[in-house]
Amino acid sequence: MPDMQHLNDLVIQVRRDILRQVHKVNSGHPGGSLGCTEFFVALFQELMERKEGFNMDGKGEDIFFLSNGHISPVFYSVLARSGYFPVEELNTFRLLNSRLQGHPTTHEGLPGIRIASGSLGQGISVAIGAAHSKKLNNDSHHVYTLCGDGELQEGQNWEAIMYAAGNKVDNLIVTVDYNGQQIDGSTDNVLPLGNLKGKFEAFGWDVMEIEQGNNMEAIMNGMKTAKSKTGKGKPVCVLLHTVMGNGVDFMMHTHDWHGKAPNDEQLEIALSQNPVTLGDY
Amino acid sequence: MKKYIDSGKKDTRSGFGAGLTELGKTHPNVVALCADLTGSLKMDDFKANHPERFFQVGIAEANMMGIAAGLTIGGKIPFTGTFANFSTGRVYDQIRQSIAYSHKNVKICASHAGLTLGEDGATHQILEDIGLMKMLPGMTVINTCDYNQTKAATIAIADHHGPVYLRFGRPKVANFTPENQSFEIGKAVQLQDGNDVTIIATGHLVWEALQAAETLNEQGISADVINIHTIKPLDAQAILKSVKKTGCVVTAEEHNYLGGLGESVARVLAQNNPTPQEIVATQDTFGESGTPEQLMEKYGLNATAITKAALKVMTRK
Ligand SMILES: Cc1ncc(C[n+]2csc(CCOP(=O)(O)OP(=O)(O)O)c2C)c(N)n1
Ligand SMILES: [Mg+2]
Repeated sequence: MPDMQHLNDLVIQVRRDILRQVHKVNSGHPGGSLGCTEFFVALFQELMERKEGFNMDGKGEDIFFLSNGHISPVFYSVLARSGYFPVEELNTFRLLNSRLQGHPTTHEGLPGIRIASGSLGQGISVAIGAAHSKKLNNDSHHVYTLCGDGELQEGQNWEAIMYAAGNKVDNLIVTVDYNGQQIDGSTDNVLPLGNLKGKFEAFGWDVMEIEQGNNMEAIMNGMKTAKSKTGKGKPVCVLLHTVMGNGVDFMMHTHDWHGKAPNDEQLEIALSQNPVTLGDY
Repeated sequence: MKKYIDSGKKDTRSGFGAGLTELGKTHPNVVALCADLTGSLKMDDFKANHPERFFQVGIAEANMMGIAAGLTIGGKIPFTGTFANFSTGRVYDQIRQSIAYSHKNVKICASHAGLTLGEDGATHQILEDIGLMKMLPGMTVINTCDYNQTKAATIAIADHHGPVYLRFGRPKVANFTPENQSFEIGKAVQLQDGNDVTIIATGHLVWEALQAAETLNEQGISADVINIHTIKPLDAQAILKSVKKTGCVVTAEEHNYLGGLGESVARVLAQNNPTPQEIVATQDTFGESGTPEQLMEKYGLNATAITKAALKVMTRK
């Protein structure tokens, strides 16, 4: 049984990390990061089978790709708190000469990162390649990837989605951060995604939804079900219904905090809603 | 020496937005497209004033370029807006086939070019776009230096028939060229007259070139400073005229030295009047996160770097 208390403490601590990272450099993307905090914590702490340390090839372990690279604050925090690099390094987010670039990159050699992302729409393709590689290596582990819902407007995703089904890439679990928001507004206002579940299904995927994408138990159960669907000839898609800005009341349910940092006062309020659990970096 | 005064720092992308607002009033055929970056590109005004002429395509730049190409058939003048990386590298073949090769009257307007995009880092900081775009036959390539010039260029390209790549940036920078200037595509702007060294700059580096010229002047060196806002077609005449006087040249740009302004100038010189040249540009590297000033310092793209290059090139005469 997972230690739910610890996981929930970690979630709150990660929220603090996200807020403090973006506040310090007055830039970065808190909204999507906060919305995916529970998912990242569940994935890295419980769901993925990971080896000690970091190896680019990720042989004999589950691996993860972040396609919507702008939510790097949550990725960096969870990587650090899962032992990939010292948590103090979160202090260097977006600073000159840092390994914690605005968007994740392999260029500076940050452990935990296997591909650069930031230019949207490329992650599923990369994940498919890595999934192929796993099969060629007789490695039965899984490839996970997360992408944004607005990100799915990029055509390359649909090339990848068609390919994965056509080629029975069934060791792949793609999660969509289904928060209904992007930069210019709601996805419905910018460019409606329509029946997303139906679209993935029509392309030949096994699709499931996690309605409470910010609830640790719901994520855990949902993702375990998703894993049980792998190996059956179809790629698996999870539509994770999240709330952008989750955990900070004034950031929730709006696109306003997609890519904006809180000021001093806002930070204080946001942190007071998420009091220290495991200790700040 | 002419004195140039910064009338107050402004971002060049706001110049683009202001130009587009003007075009909305004066050019009924101008339409605008954006890929989920309306605020960043300062296109909100145009969108609010002319909702029927504004097309939000979502995060789908390739589709945007195709739709823009199609809009020209029927006489519309489409202005696309997104970051420079997603305006070029992301959509190169769409531009190549549907716009450049098909000679469509599309204005590709690209913000957040170069290192000065800052903290977002290398995934977004394209330093190759001038090269990519200038290699396309028939493409006009413009990189403006300040708010006023960007506004003027935005208005001017609407009346130029043919594909244009208009490059500008994110940060607030000195605004020193005249308000309501006329903008002549392909015509270099002489900023300072000097005899010892020519400095040819484009984009954000023009202001830095003026600062370098002042520093050089204090050392008794007079620099001829030219603002090359149009990299293609290049004003070869202005360049050759200047180097005839000075006998050496420094080029400066916020771009890789491969494929940029420096190489374009070098070709003109090699073919007409071989001249010692130093190139202030990035050295075949990706960028990284940091503040615009820190990055321009680290990658050697500021007045200090231009001054140093000028002193060096003068020894090579
Ligand atoms: C190819 C590309 N186009 C545009 C952008 C600029 N951009 C960054 S995030 C974003 C919105 C992404 O929406 P979504 O995937 O829903 O993420 P969320 O806002 O929910 O975090 C855009 C347009 C980009 N990074 N890459
Ligand atoms: Mg979204």
